[in-house]
Parts: sequence; C-alpha cells; structure tokens
Amino acid sequence: MIDGSVVGSISNERTVEIPVEPGSHALRVESTRYLLSPEVSFEAIAGQVVGFSCHPRSGSPIIFTRWLIWLLASLVKHDLWIGLQLDDASSASHGVMSASARRSMPRPEVEASRIQSGLDARSASVRAETITSVPARPGTKAQSALVVSDLTKRFGDRTAFSDVSFDVGYGEVFGFLGPNGAGKTTMVRTLGTLITPTSGSATVAGIPLSAENGVEIRQRIAIMPESPGLYLRLTVTENLEYFAGLYGLHHAETRISDALGAVNLGDRASDLCGALSKGLRQRVGLARTLLSDPAIMFLDEPTSGLDPVASLEVHNLIIGLRQQGVTIFLTTHRLDEAEKLCDRVAILNTTLRTVGRTAELREQLFKRSLVVNVLAPLSDPDQFFARVPTVEDWRSDGPGSYVLTVSDPKVAAPEVTRSLVAAGVDVLSIGEAKHSLEDVYLELIAEDVGARQP
Amino acid sequence: MMGLDATRVRAVVRKELLDYRRKRSIVVSMVLLPLLFLVEPVVSIFLVTPLDSGSALDNYVVLPLLYMLLMAVVMPSTLAAFTVVGEREQGTLEPLLTTPLREQEFILGKAAAVMIPSVALSYLVYGLFLGAVALFAHPAVASAVFHDGPTLLALFLFAPLVAGWSVVVGMAVSVRASEVRVAQQLGMLASFPIIGVVLLLAVGVIHPTFTVAIEFAAGLLVIDVLALRIVSRMFDRERLVTGAKATRA
Ligand SMILES: Nc1ncnc2c1ncn2[C@@H]1O[C@H](COP(=O)(O)OP(=O)(O)OP(=O)(O)O)[C@@H](O)[C@H]1O
Ligand SMILES: [Mg+2]
Repeated sequence: MIDGSVVGSISNERTVEIPVEPGSHALRVESTRYLLSPEVSFEAIAGQVVGFSCHPRSGSPIIFTRWLIWLLASLVKHDLWIGLQLDDASSASHGVMSASARRSMPRPEVEASRIQSGLDARSASVRAETITSVPARPGTKAQSALVVSDLTKRFGDRTAFSDVSFDVGYGEVFGFLGPNGAGKTTMVRTLGTLITPTSGSATVAGIPLSAENGVEIRQRIAIMPESPGLYLRLTVTENLEYFAGLYGLHHAETRISDALGAVNLGDRASDLCGALSKGLRQRVGLARTLLSDPAIMFLDEPTSGLDPVASLEVHNLIIGLRQQGVTIFLTTHRLDEAEKLCDRVAILNTTLRTVGRTAELREQLFKRSLVVNVLAPLSDPDQFFARVPTVEDWRSDGPGSYVLTVSDPKVAAPEVTRSLVAAGVDVLSIGEAKHSLEDVYLELIAEDVGARQP
Repeated sequence: MMGLDATRVRAVVRKELLDYRRKRSIVVSMVLLPLLFLVEPVVSIFLVTPLDSGSALDNYVVLPLLYMLLMAVVMPSTLAAFTVVGEREQGTLEPLLTTPLREQEFILGKAAAVMIPSVALSYLVYGLFLGAVALFAHPAVASAVFHDGPTLLALFLFAPLVAGWSVVVGMAVSVRASEVRVAQQLGMLASFPIIGVVLLLAVGVIHPTFTVAIEFAAGLLVIDVLALRIVSRMFDRERLVTGAKATRA
C-alpha cells in the first residue's frame, strides 16, 4: 500500500516494482496473515530507485500456536512482526533516506519503488492493502508545501484571521508578518493541526488539513511555538531525547548531537534546561524542530529574545536549511529579518493584506522616486520641475532636498541632472529612493489603522 | 484505525519517570506516604492479643489490610491530576501537541507512568507489613493474617485496579481543569467511592470472600478500561492549547 491505495501483491522471495510520482510517500506492507509492517515514509526523486525488503522481525512470537497469533493479530493489527527495511544496495547508492534527499524538491518525472518480500514460508505471501487514509496527492498541488484557501478562524465573536489564501512552494522561506494580534500564531497552530479552522481548507505537506489527518501531518512538519516550553528539570539532551521518541526515532543520538551542533549548543547538552537563559532555551526549541527532519518547519518568532549574535546564528541556520530545501514558514516582527531571509512575505492583519516578493511589494505600493540634493534651494521648484517631462510630481524633503516621482529612474535621473546643471544649480547628490519592507509594512498597516478610525 | 505506537508511549513513560525523580515534592511524598500507611497497620496489629474474641480478631486483621489499600488510591490521584493541566501550566503542552503523538498514546503513557510507582510502592508496603507480621507478631495473629485469603487476594488484585481508577479520574479532571490546584482537589474526590467500599467492608456490610474479591476486581477492571477511553475522548487539543475560553464568546 502506498499513500493509502493498494498497489499490488508480492509473493514470498519476489520483487515488485511500483512506479510512483516524485514527492513524499508513505509505504506499508500487510500480509494475509494479519502481519503488518510499520509505515515508512520515503521521498521519491526522479530517476532513483528506492528498494525495501520485508523480513520477519527478530523476536517474533512464532512460538505461539498459529491460531493464537492469528486471533491476536486480527484484534490489534500490530506492526510487530514485519520489518520493512531500506535495501542496503539502493540506500548506499542513492542515499534515499538521507536527510538531504528527503528534503529535496520533487521533480516532475516518474520513478520506481521496489519492494521485496523476504518473509519465510510460514508467513506465506504478502499482500498490499489499504491501511491509511492519506489521499493521493493531486498533481499540481504536489508542488506546494502549503496551500491555504479561504481559511478563517474565529474564537467566539473574535476573528483571529479571515478568508486567508496563499500558497507556499517546497523549499521556500515564507515570511508571515503582521502586528500583535494579527493572527500569526493562530495560523501556525491551525496549519499544525492544533486547532480547527472555522471555515476554509488547506493542504499541509500534500495532506488535506483535517482532524483525521492530524498525526500524518504532524509527522511531516515541526513547529517551534512562541515559547519553547522545555522541561526545566530535564537536561537539554533529555528534552531532545523525549521529542525524538515522540517522533518515533530510534537511536537518535547522532541526530540530537547534530541538532545541538546546528544551534551551537553542543557544550550545554547536559545542562538542566532550567539553568539556561531565555535565548539558550529558544535555541533548544529550535534544535528540537530539527530532530525529525521535517518537510516544513513553522517557526513562530524564532529570534525574539535573542541577542544580535544569536539572531545572526539563527538566520544562518535558516539560510542553511533553505539551501537543503526545507520549507520554512517564519513569523516575525522583524522586518529586516524577513527581508533578509524570505523568498516571499505575506502581511496579515486579520485579513491577508498582501503576498509577494519584497521587491514586488515595494513596486506595487510605492511609485518610484528620485531624491535630489542641491547646495542652495531652488527659487521656484514648481516651475522648474514642470519643465522636466519625466518628473510626474515633486515634494520638498527639507531645504535643498526634493523627492521626485518618476516612472523610470534610469531615464529620469540623467535628464533631471542635465536640467539642473543647465540651470546652474550645484547638485550634491541624486539617487533612487529606496523603500524598505518596513515602509511597505507601515503603509499597509497604517491603511488598516486609518480605515478603522471613523 | 491504526494501532498505537509503542515507541511514543515508552517515550512518555520514560520522561515522566525521569521528571518524577527530579521533583523533590514527589520524591518526598513517595517516601513519606508508604511510611505513613505502614505505621498504623503495624502498630494496630501488634496491639491485638490472641485473647481477643474471634470476631474482634478478624476486625483487627482485616482493617489494617484494607487501610493500606487507601495508599493505592491517594498517591496516584495527586500525580494524575497534575498530568495534563500541569504540563499546560508550565507551557510544555503545546510543543508536545505539535508532535505525532496521539491522544490515546499520551493518556496511556501518562497513566502508566503514574501507575508504575504507585503500584510498586503499594506492593512494597504490603510486603513490609506481611514481613513484619510474620517475623514479629504473635504467632496466633500472624496465622490469622495469613489465613485471611480473600483479603490478601483482594489487596493484591485491588491495588492496581484501584490505582487505575484513581489515575483515570485524576486525568479526566486534569484534562478539563484550568488549574493544577483545582485538579488535585477534585482528583482527591476520586478516592471517595473506594473509601466507601473499604468502609462497607470494615463495618461488615460486605463480607470479604473470594467471590466478592473477584467480582469487585472484574468490575473495577471494566470501569477502568471504559474510563480510560472516555478520558481519551475528552482530550480536546484546541481547548488545551487555547484555553477554555476558546469555545465561548
Ligand atoms: N484562545 C483564544 N481565545 C480568544 N481569542 C483568541 C485566542 N487566541 C487568540 N485569540 C485572538 O486572536 C487574535 C490573533 O491572535 P494571535 O495570537 O494569532 O496573534 P499574533 O499575530 O500571533 O500576535 P503576536 O504578534 O502578538 O504574537 C487576537 O486578537 C487574539 O486576541
Ligand atoms: Mg504570535
């Protein structure tokens, strides 16, 4: 069974080849004897072959009489007795389950997945069967890590956010900005299946958002909440061991030390979390989200409370994760951070105000302009700028400083300079006005504030 | 649907036991409670003289044994009451709920973590008590104790079941309560039905026989299992993350 659908049957010691779409898949094998393998997830990469083999698990309780196993297994459908292992040969050559491969972006070709049955004669044939309700991934949507359409969440008569729609592609760093109370945290909780939306729909890591798919979704994502919520009486390592266990990871020592290394906490591994400063706790929280190698990471204000150096480390970590193809949903109040890290940003204030690349947002919102500084103020700027055709409008920005509205600064700048020089004006500087993301943000939020006031 | 994942349940149990060991109030109460529940029965059994009449002797033997059962009720109720609201108050519940952990796995792991020390300590107290009786009590009293089969059986069967009852009710309260203190007080109420049964046994309304012991045990087992399911149903992620106000205006 792959992704909730039956894909065929295998008899003992045989191999079947199953073509699958690129992207993440879940695989489980079930035998006619009511033996079930654990579910494994793998990332299909175009042109690669992933191999799995089934083996009776060591310590299988075959000592019981056959009917008893049959009865017990039919009651509990336990995954105790078949191990589903990645084939050595293929894992070595393709590194299919390696972190980097799992994070890679899918490419639109088709590859084959090979499952081999190695169960002994007693287990007879292995038949694939539907066991989970993961729906097949819709072709176009498979390219999006997050698809949110008309999502609304109300708490009683308070609306946290309403009619929000956006898409986030795999491998994208998506900034989610907005003032306090805009609904950012509520959005993260909703997409993380912690709370149920009031209306609308969403797809998270290719799985439709619903209570039934909760476990499935949470397996593929990691969330760093606003406050890290560590167990203060446990050490850093013990906290991470606990979460590794909750993600079903066995032998997580190397993952834990890698995660701690990534946030520069290797030397504090055996400190009690209660003895760490706020910023260090924040970093443990971040290490915790790295453990499970998630397809999407939700970071809710990851740098709040961090010193500039630690913030920079977190930024570098995010840049590194992005290079590995991890999708990151980042909420922040720090616009410089969003501008530096995010491929695209969304600005939310209960409703979605805008989504786009920061450069595009700037252009949408602000007319382009030139800033001109001259030594002595012009005697009649109105008349002077009216004579320059590329200048649409102007305003004064202090004595001898003018902001000119133009459609193309590259054409306007030389022309304005020529006119000024021809008029005998001493030009100090001329350049294009830069609008930061902060300007965009303030402009949009100010509109909201203005609209709210009667 | 799908079965429960043993790795996750085990992770919960391990972490809980580790956390208990680091929490001084729990360690202290785990040392003091058994002593408290051991002293009274031991003292009273040594006050009995074989010259007392048969029925008086019976009472003296049965009562201390039943008294010890209360420990299996009292200890888990406070621990269980802490399980969910406690995590909520210390802010660790939200990250926990972001993992693939299922409600049932969480409840089961927490319940097991409370049961393990509670039942182990109850058995330790019984063992110490019986040991003290065998070694130091008057031979006639000792033989009366060891011949009271139904009560001894009841004790060994009831301890885990009664603890289970207490855990389940404590957790039900914990899932819904908004504060640890409230949860612990309500959780203590869980022990009232059990204390009631102990009283009925003590005043002789119910006579401890093998059949009664087995019937009670079976009844408790069914109740415990049903209650555990109900608690899993009561577990509402949204309510736990956003607070009880979420559903109201
Ligand atoms: N449990 C709740 N009950 C009622 N209203 C709530 C609840 N949780 C959030 N809200 C409301 O929903 C809105 C959005 O809150 P949210 O926490 O998502 O904002 P935010 O964008 O994360 O803010 P911040 O930047 O301060 O973290 C706020 O008006 C808030 O008061
Ligand atoms: Mg927030």
